[in-house]
Amino acid sequence: MSDIATYNFAYLDEQTKRMIRRAILKGIAIPGYQVPFASREMPMPYGWGTGGVQVTASIIGPDDVLKVIDQGADDTTNAVSIRAFFRKVADVETTTDTTKATIIQTRHRIPEQPLVDGQTLVYQVPIPEPLRFLEPRETETRKMHALEEYGLMHVKLYEDIARNGHIATTYAYPVKVEGRYVMDPSPTPKFDNPKMHMSAALQLFGAGREQRIYAIPPYTKVVSLDFEDHPFEVQTFDRPCALCGAEQVYLDEVILDDRGGRMFVCSDTDFCEKRREAGHVGELGMAMEDVR
Amino acid sequence: MNAHVSSRADDGPLLRVSSVSKSYGARTGCEDVSFELWPGEVLAVVGESGSGKTTLLNCISSRLLPTSGSVSYRMRDQTWRELYRMSEAERRFLMRTDWGFVHQNPADGLRMTVSAGANVGERLMAIGDRHYGNIRSTAIDWLGRVEIDADRIDDEPRAFSGGMRQRLQIARNLVTSPRLVFMDEPTGGLDVSVQARLLDLLRGLVADLGLAAIVVTHDLAVARLLSHRMMVMKDGRVIETGLTDRVLDDPREAYTQLLVSSILQV
Amino acid sequence: MATPLVVSEVAKGFVMHLRGGLKLPVVEDVSFSLKAGKCAVLGGPSGAGKSSILKMLYGNYGVDAGQIIVQHRGTLVDLARAAPRVVLAVRRETIGYVSQFLRTVPRVSALDVVAEPLTAAGGDRDAARDRAAALLERLNLPKTLWSLPPATFSGGEQQRVNIARGFITDHPILLLDEPTASLDAVNRQVVIDLIAEKKQAGVALLGIFHDQDVREAVADMVIDVTSFAPKRVAA
Repeated sequence: MSDIATYNFAYLDEQTKRMIRRAILKGIAIPGYQVPFASREMPMPYGWGTGGVQVTASIIGPDDVLKVIDQGADDTTNAVSIRAFFRKVADVETTTDTTKATIIQTRHRIPEQPLVDGQTLVYQVPIPEPLRFLEPRETETRKMHALEEYGLMHVKLYEDIARNGHIATTYAYPVKVEGRYVMDPSPTPKFDNPKMHMSAALQLFGAGREQRIYAIPPYTKVVSLDFEDHPFEVQTFDRPCALCGAEQVYLDEVILDDRGGRMFVCSDTDFCEKRREAGHVGELGMAMEDVR
Repeated sequence: MNAHVSSRADDGPLLRVSSVSKSYGARTGCEDVSFELWPGEVLAVVGESGSGKTTLLNCISSRLLPTSGSVSYRMRDQTWRELYRMSEAERRFLMRTDWGFVHQNPADGLRMTVSAGANVGERLMAIGDRHYGNIRSTAIDWLGRVEIDADRIDDEPRAFSGGMRQRLQIARNLVTSPRLVFMDEPTGGLDVSVQARLLDLLRGLVADLGLAAIVVTHDLAVARLLSHRMMVMKDGRVIETGLTDRVLDDPREAYTQLLVSSILQV
Repeated sequence: MATPLVVSEVAKGFVMHLRGGLKLPVVEDVSFSLKAGKCAVLGGPSGAGKSSILKMLYGNYGVDAGQIIVQHRGTLVDLARAAPRVVLAVRRETIGYVSQFLRTVPRVSALDVVAEPLTAAGGDRDAARDRAAALLERLNLPKTLWSLPPATFSGGEQQRVNIARGFITDHPILLLDEPTASLDAVNRQVVIDLIAEKKQAGVALLGIFHDQDVREAVADMVIDVTSFAPKRVAA
């Protein structure tokens, strides 16, 4: 441990953690409101989850169990390194099992396994401002949030329908939180939007480069915006997971060869593995016993 | 439709401007301007650049806090409200429902990167319209009224000519049936033939809808064609006011006579 | 309603600020009244102020002194002091005016130019167009021109559009500023007939007519404008 003796627990100094915790508490008190915070330099580039890592570092304690997913997967570079980072600087236990984790840091997915009381989901957010694409002025977007002027959000959805015949936004789909603030749920697929609604878990969002933190407390109403004649709909997949046969889950496309071969598998790797362990088999999958 | 104009005009003024002054430090923007505007009435504010007419327009359209004086408006529920005692939320709501503002440069009043239909529909969505089909058909109707073909509804204003952009800006403002529209040099920067078409269109819309309007212009021909009444400004003050054709045909003040005599006759 | 308009002690002059404040008095002590069903004619050489008087009565020129009392909506209004809004209402409902020249509006058809005073007063658009068509027909304006904006018409054609526009309303007072100036004999006669019909309908008319024949045909009384000449000429 001598090589990290110069680091404080969980990398950030205590003053910084206090500052970030204050921002988090304010975010929880005003669900969906973007709280500015003094984002720190982290030992990783922007875009690799500096906001999420700072939030996690500020709330994590020695007894926490951390899970990190990247697009649903526990085994990608980003997820593996962040897990290693916290093992090193906080000496905490890590897991890939959703049910065992107390803190789940995520990039762009919500686990298929419903979250429960006491769990915290930390999102890595690249652009927190849902109005940004149509209104470049920060002063103006802040005013629009303050005065609840959200017509512009529907302009974006209108454009979608005008161009595509339906609301083509499939990720970062805007939601209204507790009937007040319109929020960008980070680039999660809109498939996951309904999971945010009345979730038992505390949901925290950290945008490092943009220096914003926002939150959804447990059991909060989260409604996806839509039109009366074009209601919000989640993506549906016309097939089950090729490995575990799960239906009504979010699937990733996997290219198998250079002749057009491909398959669709659960984006949530932990969920998929558990199903296969329980004996579910998809059309291209093998039973777990056979793999071993 | 015009029947309303004369009857409504008897209901009393819509806007009361009392002793409005705006100074920028030692420099005067406008000074001690007072007038009333009645429903259906079009007032032209003329003067050369620097005369304070745009400052005045901004002061009475809630875009610039006056140094002193007051601006009161009769709301749709007939109550009088003082503009700068309203909350910002109320003022902004007024601006996008019962009021309109037509900028000289259409890019200042349009969202250049969203379609014409969304530009027209934005105000509807802002006041809570959540039916795509209705919003779209209203937008098509308004594009037609400003002489833009319905098949341009999904084009961005970037692809429009200057005259079309200005007409789109007008449609975007009028879609919520405002009772008062502010216009800042609405025909400035357009070719003469395009100007004539726009003026004629504006003239028709203002008359058909019974709109009250305040038009800032340095072009006396625009004032003659659009307005009932005129205010001539010089050095921040109103120096002459009256019926538009009276001011233009029998100007009293030296400066007004100079302005009128400076018009090129063709 | 026998005397819908009374002018008393009206004075008018111009101050030419661009020429060193030169004062040009035009008329003073102008006093006369108009009778319903009669046509009064302003007489006197050109430059005597006939047109200025007409323009003051229409609110187009300012009035320096005196009163112009008009019966408007059952009350008496002093046009010399009336607010612009009131002047516009008087023009819409009470005083009509046929000017010497048509001020053309781009892109509006001749028919709509003529119908406009009726629609502006709240009249039905189709009914107004029918009346406009009937007048243009009487004034022999070729039908092919009706749907065109009058900007490119000849002087005589424009003048006939202008006359139709002035005569279309039922205003109780009608001011005529040389309405026959550029008309041929046939159309001059039409105007004389139109004036006679207005008189029949109880309209009070006041006109300036250069044409001796027309003047004699329509005038019930002549107001000598030279009697309103300013007594003191400014230095």
